[in-house]
Amino acid sequence: MGVEGIGARVVRKEDRRFITGQGRYVDDVKMVGMSYAHFIRSPHAHAKVKGINSTEAMKMPGVIAVLTGQQIVDDKVGNLICGWAITSKDGSPMKMGAWPAMAPETVRFVGQAVAVVIAETKNQAKDAAEAVVVDYEELPAAADIKAAIKPGAPQLHPEAPGNIVYDWHLGDEAAVKDAFSKAANVVTLDLTNNRLVPNAMEPRAAVAHYDQAEEHYTLYTTSQNPHVARLVLSAFYNIAPEHKLRVIAPDVGGGFGSKIYIYPEEMVALWASKKVGRPVKWTGDRSEAFLTDAHGRDHVSKAEMAFDKDNKILGLRVKTHANFGAYMSLFSSAVPTYLYATLLSGQYVIPAIYAEVIGVYTNTTPVDAYRGAGRPEASYLIERMMETAARQLKVDPAELRKKNFITTFPYQTPVIMAYDIGDFHASIDAAMKAIDYAGFPARKAKAKADGKLRGIGVSCYIEACGIAPSKAVGSLGAGVGLWESAEIRVNPVGTIEVLTGSHSHGQGHETTFCQIIAERLGVPISQVSIVHGDTDKVQFGMGTYGSRSLAVGGTAIVKAMEKVEAKAKKIAAHALEASESDIVIENGEFKVTGTDKSIALPMVALAAYTAHNLPDGMEPGLKETAFYDPTNFTFPAGAYICELEVDPGTGKTSFVNFVAADDFGRLINPMIVEGQVHGGLAQGIGQALLEGAVYDDTGQLVTASFMDYTMPRADDLPSFQLSHTTTLCPGNPLGVKGCGEAGAIGASAAVINAITDAIGNNKLEMPATPDRVWHAIHG
Amino acid sequence: MYETNYHRASSIDDAVAQFAKGTDSKFLSGGQTLLPVMKQRLAAPSDVIDVAKIKDMIGIEVSGDTVTIKAATTHYDVAQSDAVQKAIPALANLASMIGDPAVRHRGTIGGSLANNDPAADYPAAVLALGAVVKTNKRSIPAEDFFKGLFSTALEDGEMITAVSFPVPAKAGYAKFPNPASRFALTGVFVAKTKSGDVRVAATGASQSGVMRVAPIEQALKANWAASALDSVTIPASGLLADIHGSADYRANLVKVMGQRAVTAAG
Ligand SMILES: Cc1cc2nc3c(=O)[nH]c(=O)nc-3n(C[C@H](O)[C@H](O)[C@H](O)COP(=O)(O)OP(=O)(O)OC[C@H]3O[C@@H](n4cnc5c(N)ncnc54)[C@H](O)[C@@H]3O)c2cc1C
Repeated sequence: MGVEGIGARVVRKEDRRFITGQGRYVDDVKMVGMSYAHFIRSPHAHAKVKGINSTEAMKMPGVIAVLTGQQIVDDKVGNLICGWAITSKDGSPMKMGAWPAMAPETVRFVGQAVAVVIAETKNQAKDAAEAVVVDYEELPAAADIKAAIKPGAPQLHPEAPGNIVYDWHLGDEAAVKDAFSKAANVVTLDLTNNRLVPNAMEPRAAVAHYDQAEEHYTLYTTSQNPHVARLVLSAFYNIAPEHKLRVIAPDVGGGFGSKIYIYPEEMVALWASKKVGRPVKWTGDRSEAFLTDAHGRDHVSKAEMAFDKDNKILGLRVKTHANFGAYMSLFSSAVPTYLYATLLSGQYVIPAIYAEVIGVYTNTTPVDAYRGAGRPEASYLIERMMETAARQLKVDPAELRKKNFITTFPYQTPVIMAYDIGDFHASIDAAMKAIDYAGFPARKAKAKADGKLRGIGVSCYIEACGIAPSKAVGSLGAGVGLWESAEIRVNPVGTIEVLTGSHSHGQGHETTFCQIIAERLGVPISQVSIVHGDTDKVQFGMGTYGSRSLAVGGTAIVKAMEKVEAKAKKIAAHALEASESDIVIENGEFKVTGTDKSIALPMVALAAYTAHNLPDGMEPGLKETAFYDPTNFTFPAGAYICELEVDPGTGKTSFVNFVAADDFGRLINPMIVEGQVHGGLAQGIGQALLEGAVYDDTGQLVTASFMDYTMPRADDLPSFQLSHTTTLCPGNPLGVKGCGEAGAIGASAAVINAITDAIGNNKLEMPATPDRVWHAIHG
Repeated sequence: MYETNYHRASSIDDAVAQFAKGTDSKFLSGGQTLLPVMKQRLAAPSDVIDVAKIKDMIGIEVSGDTVTIKAATTHYDVAQSDAVQKAIPALANLASMIGDPAVRHRGTIGGSLANNDPAADYPAAVLALGAVVKTNKRSIPAEDFFKGLFSTALEDGEMITAVSFPVPAKAGYAKFPNPASRFALTGVFVAKTKSGDVRVAATGASQSGVMRVAPIEQALKANWAASALDSVTIPASGLLADIHGSADYRANLVKVMGQRAVTAAG
């Protein structure tokens, strides 16, 4: 390890500009002649749009246009797509209603856009929006799963009778039935996985520009995957062909999944920029973010686990209803199916698993992948089940887990996933030691004497990251391949540009990826720059989500580097009159091993570009590209243990300790990894204790601002104790697994298990607010 | 935000005069309530009269058994004030728990009382301590000042200039913050006056805003001790219920926070 190579705790290069306010976000983009868009949104959860009258609005100062849903339909702009086809049990394809970018006829959730005002200033656009009269005929709404599936429920889309998108299953039903028939004990659990609002710090925004002379569009947007945005905007929305559309995602202030999707507002801005012949800017505010960014989670599940007389698991049966909101968002269909049910084996040998998942439309904001996407829901279910089972079977929860851990790898689960490697005993042992698990009963007794209820909760998570082999996901219905690309440009003076199809919106790519180069070439990271987020600069890419940037994108960089190094070695060998196989790279120099002969990287690069003296037949230049498609997912795993106290008088939870022992494979920058884990844990704890999107019966979002939606704050969180146990991922040359979502996946169950332990009953749903905990204690 | 005319008043008289000139004027103090509401286009004052820089509106005075806090004094300044910490430590403590540092550095006692948010902290102290709200026209005793949710005895154009608190023998405040907003889900202020009377007020709990809590007052009159409330029950009827707390939960909090306030008061 060099000072800036793999394993070094290098300070993030990008932080200087972020911390000094010099980041460049979409809303910082200004163009000559720029106009401003403001959307007119439905105040109703379900209504017919009977008419839109913009006569008065058009007369108001600064108004350029009022555009409606009907116009977007007339212009043949495509409907929003869902990019993963799921097939129901009965073999039928999923049943989807159309999602136009602005509703021409029917609105199906509060906040859905029906029209947009384009004006000279933002305030003028807002003023005019108030003068647009929309005539709605209200319809009854189905605001949650229960309301949507009951007989006689209001129907959202004629294409989806009963509001059912699909009724899907995975696993072997007969084998599970058999397992339950042999069971000595069966444990059942009903649970809800609460709906979350992502709340990235930067709201979504778009600046769109149409260049009439070139018939070319440019879109600056808050995207986690600008190439996917370009692909979808051109191939499906017919706005512009790919070669006439440049998508730029500059600095982006957090995504957590919510900025994967191509939303109506970005589409409309692009379409409108041609219609009005002016650049159009739209910057969402926090209220719009609450109402229109895809929400996360929202499952209602019933789970049953069968055990033999030795407390070994025989089988698992799960039935889940997943709320999709009013429309099927880009990857929504995959989240409660292939990203959820495939992880239901957890860290355990479960010989038979059967899962049924029913996707449901409701009159709420669309739901899609949010940090963890399906895996937090699976992990929460399994880990609450293990804790519940341990209590019912009267055994120690850690011991029950250990007894059932998978210990030999590779391990084929009954639900598609084949785990490549792991050491689950190592992580739980590390976590138990860190928290002094053995000393807990004494601490609990002491707390009791002080009038506090103390509890401890374990959560052993596993996730599938680095999504994933294109062939595999394609066979499961994905509409895209999930490889990644990289291009390495060694410039004539030896500086290096790495172009990656990954996108950084907080993850630290600009540092981590440089460290990979520094490790291989021995050059300082100041000599390397990472280029991302612009479809005109970067060849192609699938973007950042699912903890894939390093495992997939980083590996593509390694593959491109291997090509660069091979060529550079040839050039060096030629210059040094040595054999290529004798060339080694050290500290930025190409050396003839065992001699003092060497040539520095800049001289090799210069030779490549002057091309005065290259080996015969060699092309000039030093620039290589690689597209890397992994062979499997990666499987980060770990053990979290939470110790906390509940105040019986108020139901308030206070953390005593929270330990995390994660196995992410090799760590490139441990400091960045810790930051990712801290953030993930904050979101996992947020889900467990604080966050929850609540709709009333009429489909109004009650938690539509931070006054009611509790975002975790620093003083809500404990000081985390992190550690790592490592098994190197065999699937990629870096041995890395991904760390971006682990905290959000594993933390919730640890917290709820600890609270239910403290209060001595299991009647608790997330978020475990003081009010709920107090009621759970006092009935 | 809708367009508005901004005036910075130089004196109390100037503020009142400027207010009278506008068609729909509003006083602006710390702006921690008024500005967010204006930004969301939920308020559209024609004129905004900024009172926060008026010299006579800022500062804290202690004379004899009275602490007077001028209306535009920030929560931060009250929390940090040696005089308040010495005379009525519970009041300084209350101010230190309002919102977050940014809110405390701008928000003011006058703005908070004029706004009378049912979950605001100051109203509990004003009512429990039997303070007097001074305006440009008159002195209004706490009993007569609060008129339910977001409404007060203030007339149109009437401006709070100061609040006078009698120094109690003992006082304590215990707040259970709303997890999201950090306003009081329920906060209870207990005070024992120098004449031996006991006054207790709860904020955040009632559907009609800040309220006196008679059962707790009676129990504490008999025995000034947290344990004196063990057998008290607070009826849930008339209490607020929302996603953060049901009415019975809030009833429980009134009692538990009352006990903790007594403990804090010593
Ligand atoms: C994030 C956040 C958290 C908060 N948390 C809390 C909390 O925990 N507890 C709490 O109690 N409060 C809380 N607040 C509210 C805060 O204390 C405000 O300071 C207070 O509600 C209003 O005071 P202001 O000085 O900002 O008044 P402004 O916003 O300027 O004015 C509020 C209202 O009072 C009127 N007004 C102002 N001054 C006068 C005057 N002198 N005479 C007559 N009318 C006047 C204005 O016209 C307006 O209608 C919070 C606010 C925010 C934004």
